[in-house]
Amino acid sequence: MHLILFVLFAGLCLAGAINLLLQSHPINSALSLIVVMTSLAVLYLLLGAEFLAAAQVIVYAGAIMVLFTFVVMLLNAGREERTLGSRAARAVGFPAVVVILSVIATVILKAQGLGTASLSDGITSTEELSAVLFTKLLLPFEVTSVLILIAILGAVALARHGDGERTAGK
Amino acid sequence: MNPASSHLLQQEIPLTWYLLLSATLFSLGVVGFLIKRNLITVFMSIELMLNAVNLSFVTFAHQWHMVKGQIFVFFVMMVAAAEAAVGLAIIIAVFRARATLAVDRIDLMKL
Repeated sequence: MHLILFVLFAGLCLAGAINLLLQSHPINSALSLIVVMTSLAVLYLLLGAEFLAAAQVIVYAGAIMVLFTFVVMLLNAGREERTLGSRAARAVGFPAVVVILSVIATVILKAQGLGTASLSDGITSTEELSAVLFTKLLLPFEVTSVLILIAILGAVALARHGDGERTAGK
Repeated sequence: MNPASSHLLQQEIPLTWYLLLSATLFSLGVVGFLIKRNLITVFMSIELMLNAVNLSFVTFAHQWHMVKGQIFVFFVMMVAAAEAAVGLAIIIAVFRARATLAVDRIDLMKL
């Protein structure tokens, strides 16, 4: 059961990620990214992280991707023109990707003592998670909420900037 | 619970597979960052890399039964939400100033 679910959703994840690279229209890339994020939520659930699976669907596949599709449609982004990119990207970038992937894969495959996951492992409950979050890690949590407030203010200020200039120009 | 379904529940997957999936997704994100020529799609590749790393965090949290690994993913999600809001606002500002989303034409800082 675990094997079937893992293969199904890992395959969906990889297919979505590859489709993101192949599509030339941004809206198609955004929809493939939603597929990747939703399949990742299922994988989180398989690893026993129920709260994160819900947060992944609500925050990532919901809020963040809605923001992305909204901006794609607002700016009316058309098909991208395929160019070869910079010479540095071709000469250094792609070999670097191969090196990064092979180094990480070698480290993972050589690592000793990595366990296994099965459906009978039990789930980290939201209660367990929030007990740590709201006692030991309360200060970082509050600081993050301030960070989000600042980010929202910054986003509004940045996005309104053009309007201010236009009215000032008139 | 009958023996057949308990056997299905006991079936085990090595965590290595999850880590390899995470590494592959991360590399696909880097490749997307390099080959995509649209500012928004480049930004989506960054989100893909963040998600790949989150999968690693959850896998290691499962390996050592640490709740803090999952809480770190929660914080990464919060920061990613803030980053997406600011990043997309910057993209809107760039589009207003340059009227294009092609990264080849937004190259004032290029050497």
